[in-house]
Amino acid sequence: MKRMHLFAATITLAAATLGMTTAVQAQVSRGALMATTCFACHGTDGRSPGTMPSIYGYPPEIMMHQLKAFRDGTRPATVMDRHATGYTDEEIRLMAEYLSTL
Amino acid sequence: MDFKMNRRDFIRAVGAGGAAAALSACGTAPQGPRRRTDVVVIGGGPGGATAAKYLRRFDPGLQVTLVEPAATYYTCFASNWVLGGMIGMDDIAQTYGALQDQHGVRVVQERVVAIEADARRVRLAGGESLPYTKLVVAPGMEFRYDTVEGYGPGVEGDIPHAWKAGEQTRILRDQLRAMEDGGVFVIVPPGNPYRCPPGPYERASLVAHYFKAEKPRSKVLILDRKEGFSKQGLFMDGWRKYYGDMIEWVPASGGGLVDHIDARTREVFTESGFTRHRADVLNVIPSQKAGRIAQEAGLTDDSGWCPVDQLTFRSRVDGDIYVIGDSSIAGAMPKSGHSANTQGKTAAAAIVREMSGEDMLALSTVNTCYSLVAPDYGISVAAVYRYQDGEIAKVPGSGGLSAADAPDYVRRLEARYAQGWYDSITDDSWG
Ligand SMILES: Cc1cc2nc3c(=O)[nH]c(=O)nc-3n(C[C@H](O)[C@H](O)[C@H](O)COP(=O)(O)OP(=O)(O)OC[C@H]3O[C@@H](n4cnc5c(N)ncnc54)[C@H](O)[C@@H]3O)c2cc1C
Repeated sequence: MKRMHLFAATITLAAATLGMTTAVQAQVSRGALMATTCFACHGTDGRSPGTMPSIYGYPPEIMMHQLKAFRDGTRPATVMDRHATGYTDEEIRLMAEYLSTL
Repeated sequence: MDFKMNRRDFIRAVGAGGAAAALSACGTAPQGPRRRTDVVVIGGGPGGATAAKYLRRFDPGLQVTLVEPAATYYTCFASNWVLGGMIGMDDIAQTYGALQDQHGVRVVQERVVAIEADARRVRLAGGESLPYTKLVVAPGMEFRYDTVEGYGPGVEGDIPHAWKAGEQTRILRDQLRAMEDGGVFVIVPPGNPYRCPPGPYERASLVAHYFKAEKPRSKVLILDRKEGFSKQGLFMDGWRKYYGDMIEWVPASGGGLVDHIDARTREVFTESGFTRHRADVLNVIPSQKAGRIAQEAGLTDDSGWCPVDQLTFRSRVDGDIYVIGDSSIAGAMPKSGHSANTQGKTAAAAIVREMSGEDMLALSTVNTCYSLVAPDYGISVAAVYRYQDGEIAKVPGSGGLSAADAPDYVRRLEARYAQGWYDSITDDSWG
């Protein structure tokens, strides 16, 4: 147990010192993998090059609120209502949290 | 945000020496040096390009080589917009510069002629061999020429399929331009399953759009071997609204099943050859199977497509090979550029996680297929997919079609988003 703790502390220190690689692993986390599906329409990292809205950098609460509003129909949509109905609260939270870090 | 690091990331973070020192301070030793790993990707369509890009994003330490014979890839998506005269060929051209320069993918302009799975290497047309640790196979689809008698590779120059974009798109566009007013454009769509289920019907729509403006006495005739098609109600509503009776769709039971064609006279024979239709421009889209290299490597089953573990897209035939895009059997997902893009990311994540000894995460992903009925009239079909009980299934209650009674401004918005979708997915795959 103690060893695990030490190990974790070293990692945090190393990552913080070098300011890298955390994103690498984060991108293959569940939230990151799910969010990559958003990028097909909204651009890599949620930065849209065209007429689609960009979706990066929103505080997670706002993104979660919007996705849930699409899901329950209180926010009108062309297609996002049909997508949001496929996700649970937990999945919405994971994606919103990841998108907020971009 | 998940903050979780595995040993490999950790080693990368602090440098191998530092890691060893840090680890021995904790009383744990690394399990040997990290092996150099190589992934080879066959095919630079949306499947292969996305896989290559995301492999490097997920693990910048990986060496990734993409093999694709063409220097320029023309997207099939938006190729119907070219036929409708809305955009030019340059607007659907994608290249591999960003993959190479920004994402560190090695791009080899070559064709793979053999997969030597036992030796874990691929052989290129030029004679060179590339070894791999993991191989991603994304060669798209190949035609089954046995479905419409009289149609084959030899006549494609006169009777284009235009189902692989590029030269074929150009041929069909030029034939439509050269056609006299009052002519008949005949489309023969493929049998299921095939690349882009709504594609033939978007094609009919946008050619009618072109005819309406330039050749208003002309007709579009669809001779179908099926009894129905994707977004049928939405398409037909739009056809009535914009094109009156210019487009005629004939299902198999109504005499649409094509028996054979005469390529020289552009005649199409249906109902066991008893009914003859004369086309001024003829577009035969044969039924399909997995890309040739996948067939030759034995990655296909009796259906002609490649069975995979639908969680990871690992081939059921060879554990070091992943098959994505049109070639793969992906449960409920349609054969689309959007699906290929998503599957590229899924296989990339599966490979990276496997290489660091982690299990694959359950997939949850979306597909949206936009179609234009007219330049400012867009419709879509969407779905969310989940890996469940061994296959990819639609999440109940999610997805569906654009509303049948949507007002015009919604159709206009969806048309704008169709363009936005194109800009985003091409950027996400090749940018
Ligand atoms: C008219 C039309 C409209 C469409 N519209 C849409 C749409 O709106 N939305 C959508 O999502 N999808 C659409 N699609 C479908 C989409 O184009 C395909 O599903 C998608 O291209 C499949 O991607 P892929 O990467 O599997 O294969 P491909 O795009 O076919 O790419 C395969 C690549 O592999 C290369 N290759 C093949 N063999 C070898 C070899 N031996 N060695 C090296 N390289 C090789 C080929 O040169 C090619 O570049 C449309 C298709 C058509 C025809």
